Amino acid sequence: MSYLPKSPWLVHYDASSCNGCDIEVLACLTPLYDVERFGVLNIGNPKHADIFVVTGSVNEQNKSVIQNIYNQMAEPKVVVAIGACATSGGIFRECYNVQGGVDKVIPVDVYVPGCAARPEAIIDGVVQALGVLEEKYKNMGKVAK
Amino acid sequence: MSGMNSWIAVILYIVLAPIIGGLIAGVDRKISARMQGRFGPPLLQPFYDVFKLMSKQNIVVNKHQKFYVLCFLIFVIITGCIFFSGGDLLLAIFALTLGSVFLIIAAYSTYSPYAYIGAEREMLQMMAYEPMVILTIVGMYMVTKSFNVLDIFTYNQPLIYTLPGIFLGFLFILTIKFRKSPFDISMSHHAHQEIVRGVITEFSGKELAYVEIAHWYENVFLLGIVCLFFATNWAIAIALAAVTYLLEIFIDNNNSRLKWQSTLGSAWIVALILGVGNIAFLALR
Ligand code: SF4
Repeated sequence: MSYLPKSPWLVHYDASSCNGCDIEVLACLTPLYDVERFGVLNIGNPKHADIFVVTGSVNEQNKSVIQNIYNQMAEPKVVVAIGACATSGGIFRECYNVQGGVDKVIPVDVYVPGCAARPEAIIDGVVQALGVLEEKYKNMGKVAK
Repeated sequence: MSGMNSWIAVILYIVLAPIIGGLIAGVDRKISARMQGRFGPPLLQPFYDVFKLMSKQNIVVNKHQKFYVLCFLIFVIITGCIFFSGGDLLLAIFALTLGSVFLIIAAYSTYSPYAYIGAEREMLQMMAYEPMVILTIVGMYMVTKSFNVLDIFTYNQPLIYTLPGIFLGFLFILTIKFRKSPFDISMSHHAHQEIVRGVITEFSGKELAYVEIAHWYENVFLLGIVCLFFATNWAIAIALAAVTYLLEIFIDNNNSRLKWQSTLGSAWIVALILGVGNIAFLALR
């Protein structure tokens, strides 16, 4: 077992979110939910982060930004798409400039539905991501050998 | 200290300082969380973080970066070894400064704009605290007539009686050294900051873990200097060092970050009034 599930650090990127989901992500840090109880830090730096949390849908403007952040993260890393927009494009799906969910540009490991996703659902998504993170860590060892 | 004892002190420091430093960091995070009305992470969280960083993939921007970070860690450890084996206080401080210089070079070697600004601010921080550090040593020398840590520690009267101004000035720059608000301009222990994470932006995995461990060693050394002011009784000295740290946590949670101009200005004014004032008083006595 590694220490990854005990100290997950997040980097949160607001793609073209309406800000609804962002507020809910930030709500997880407030005294009511306090995710730091589980060692979660909103670190704000892709090079230090283990979990990439994306809200909002992908468009031409933010496509390269999402890919750039993802590529800068050190292995093992997981991606959590939060809200209807990040999972599928949501209500903006039909817009001329929207390409769809985050999985159009980077591999997504956990989808958290909701518009806006509730803090409980977000925390549950991050906890599921920890399982994936541990799995990836084990496989990372195998590839290296 | 005799040869054998000083080796025991060095080994104890190398083994115990990261454990104590990590626990202090854990208590710090817990108390900070409680001050903000949160439950806070487990006490051992800093250790989990470092162990996790050890198992991450290592991304280096520049192949020399690793060497510089390692030098930073080594010189910080050497500083503590000199200090806790009762060696020369001047040498200890200069070893610490050398360590900080390696951290700055490491940040510069990454060619990242965030790390650049962080490194520049780190240098400004050094300029801010160095005068007061030197005045502290000068003050201790004037009272005890020695730069030797052991002589200072075994001096027949606690230094706080003769150096109250210098002690307060040292507390002021301790906030800078501990990287606490309002002086956490080059990097912050709290995640969000306008320059991402300043000096340590480009370090990941093991290197970040080394920087973290170096801070634990450094904090133990700095609290050791605080203890020097209350020497003659270990228990009282350690208790007062703990009170000092609690005060720093309180300051950290009640201030927002200052600009570097204010950091530099206020640190020099404090050094001038409290530090030079106290030394002038000693000289004229
Ligand atoms: S899922 Fe709903 S709340 Fe979240 S960003 Fe999209 S529209 Fe806003």
